Amino acid sequence: MNGLLFLIPVALGLGFLGLIGFFWALRHGQFDDPDGAASRILLDDDDEEGEGRN
Amino acid sequence: MNALAEITAQDQVHTVLSVPGMHCASCMGKVERGLAALPGVARARVNLSARTVSVAHSPGLDTPDLVAALSGIGFKAQPRRDELAPRYAAVRPLLAPLAVAFFAAMNVMTLSVSVWAGADGATRSLFHWLSALIGVPAIAYAGQPFFRSAWSALSKGRTNMDVPISIGVVIATCLSLYETASGGRDAWFDGALMLLTFLLAGRVLDAMMRDRARTGVDALLRQAATGALVVGDDGTPRWHKTQDLAPAMLMRVAAGERLAADGEIVAGASRFDQALLTGEAAPVVRRTGDTVLAGTLNLDSPVDVRVSQVGRDTTLAEIARLMEAAGQGRSRYVRLADRASRLYAPAVHTLAALATLGWLVAGAGLYQALVVGVTVLIITCPCALGLAVPVAQVVVSGALMRAGIMVKDGSALERLARVDRALLDKTGTLTLGRPLPDPAALAALTAEEAAVCLALASHSGHPLSRALADALAAAGHRAAPLVDVAEVPGTGVFARWNEDSVALRRPQVAGGMASALAIGSRPDRLIAYADRLRPDTAEALARLDRLGIESSILSGDNHAAVAEVARQTGLTAQWGATPAAKQDAIVRLQAAGHKVLMVGDGLNDGPALAAADASIAPGSASDVGLQAADVVFVSDSLLALPRAVAASRATMRVVRQNFALAIGYNILAVPLAIAGLLTPLIAAAAMSASSLIVVANSLRLARAVR
Repeated sequence: MNGLLFLIPVALGLGFLGLIGFFWALRHGQFDDPDGAASRILLDDDDEEGEGRN
Repeated sequence: MNALAEITAQDQVHTVLSVPGMHCASCMGKVERGLAALPGVARARVNLSARTVSVAHSPGLDTPDLVAALSGIGFKAQPRRDELAPRYAAVRPLLAPLAVAFFAAMNVMTLSVSVWAGADGATRSLFHWLSALIGVPAIAYAGQPFFRSAWSALSKGRTNMDVPISIGVVIATCLSLYETASGGRDAWFDGALMLLTFLLAGRVLDAMMRDRARTGVDALLRQAATGALVVGDDGTPRWHKTQDLAPAMLMRVAAGERLAADGEIVAGASRFDQALLTGEAAPVVRRTGDTVLAGTLNLDSPVDVRVSQVGRDTTLAEIARLMEAAGQGRSRYVRLADRASRLYAPAVHTLAALATLGWLVAGAGLYQALVVGVTVLIITCPCALGLAVPVAQVVVSGALMRAGIMVKDGSALERLARVDRALLDKTGTLTLGRPLPDPAALAALTAEEAAVCLALASHSGHPLSRALADALAAAGHRAAPLVDVAEVPGTGVFARWNEDSVALRRPQVAGGMASALAIGSRPDRLIAYADRLRPDTAEALARLDRLGIESSILSGDNHAAVAEVARQTGLTAQWGATPAAKQDAIVRLQAAGHKVLMVGDGLNDGPALAAADASIAPGSASDVGLQAADVVFVSDSLLALPRAVAASRATMRVVRQNFALAIGYNILAVPLAIAGLLTPLIAAAAMSASSLIVVANSLRLARAVR
């Protein structure tokens, strides 16, 4: 029983962190351009610092 | 990047351009690098999903400059009309509820498994309370899309799929809360949350499909003539947006540009392509004093046009009004899932009520009878039914998209599956709708002549020259080096090659569309242009015939032009049809009991596309055509038509199988529920199993497009 009192909050907390992470991603436009994000990793111009941010 | 320092953030202007031709990482890199290299551009960022690039630049740079820069690196671009409006995405408001429902379902399920495994007494009570703590707020939040839709249906005295879902979920939650508070054995939080997760997944898939096709079509929209170069009183030309144009302004319309407003020519003469407005393939000559219409393409030479009508007064707007009226018939179509729920919801609710009554009559207590009634409601919640339609439609639309066919929404597939009659426009639909150089004339050129011809043609923006350059480049020719290149509008391109003067110009003898290639003292080479049938037309029509769909031509062009195409395709034809006449033809067929498919591209097809039971437009269609059509295909080949119809019929077959599977599961589970033998464990297992089977069955459609 004592183990449960410790483990259940840990399990719920971790799940909740994941949920918060997803909401953060949703708010910050991470899902605006899924195709572009998938392709952008193939670009190799490291010299263009101006393009890294949205 | 020096330009970056010169532009302060305040006077930056943001422009969004649509670039339909981007499709890979290297295109993206080219566009971003090419634009960033322009002086005055601070930042360029591509959105590959939406096929757009947003540019932050100094006010000194005009939209046409950016378009020209992009065309210099090989990408066609158009300014977007709704530059600053955020892109509407149907999937966005559903993602957060799905995440919450999924998170809660997983955690509650962990707790439930311990209860099923035999947790007892205080532990069970603790777990139930924890489940309630997670489940109730999650259900209240994630269930909103269903509750809202159910409420709006009920308040109008109707019912839809969301009504039984909402009732089931709400009752399951209330019963579980009561059980938890009274220390009972079973709670249904896991079932309610799982139901919401599965159903939201179905909704998200449905929304994703619509978003994907919508952005695809948005990128294709040429946003034709979003503006014009207006010559001011002091003689300086300035770029005006369409909505800023006013009567009596003087527009300078270059060759190859579309008119933004109706008007009268005050200087110059040229030929105009009116195919999008009237379906007429042959260009018409308009001189000083003649009226020209918005949406027509200036082919030959620059003209000055005095604006007479703008916006809602143009011929364009008139057609838009016809379409609005025509589209109302289609909105009466009721989607398959809603038709199913009209039968389903009353049946389920009667069943639950009868089960409760039956147990009461048989002498059970009120509490026990209510529990049985509620379990019937929960088990019959249309979990698999909610997935049956969207999963099948998403899978098939993904497969169609890979084949270059974009379906705008699920109901389009349902309507397309039922058509038994097809009407096809001629110009731009059966034919490619653009002049192509005669292959025989090109083959007759020597390699040297072809190289000079390509070099000359690539220096001109004239539609004929572009078609010629494309055809020669595709045949593997390389441009010859030229010097002193000069384009004389309305006449041709002139240059020097080695010691000879060369020219690509209008032929002296005017007869149809042609251009003449002159090299030094050699005799002129005449290259004729004609609009040609799309590739695979014969096979596409044969396949439609095998699908039981009778096709015929419905064109606004003149008798001779239509008769020629009718002879080539072996179809019956109606010619000289106005937009209203096209619409009438469709209404007549519908009155005779046919389900009509309209295939067309022009503005003049707009009302017909909106009136037909289902409609398809090629990617080269006018904005109006693209917006009115249910399905848009981007390939040149006409095989897209039978493919789309066959795929939609395969989808409906799978959807019917899915319904049978979902209902079969109910037939197995409902007697258990009525007998009072159903536990939350069995409910959870049955619900997931039936949903997985439905999804697996739908995935077979991934290969349905052939």
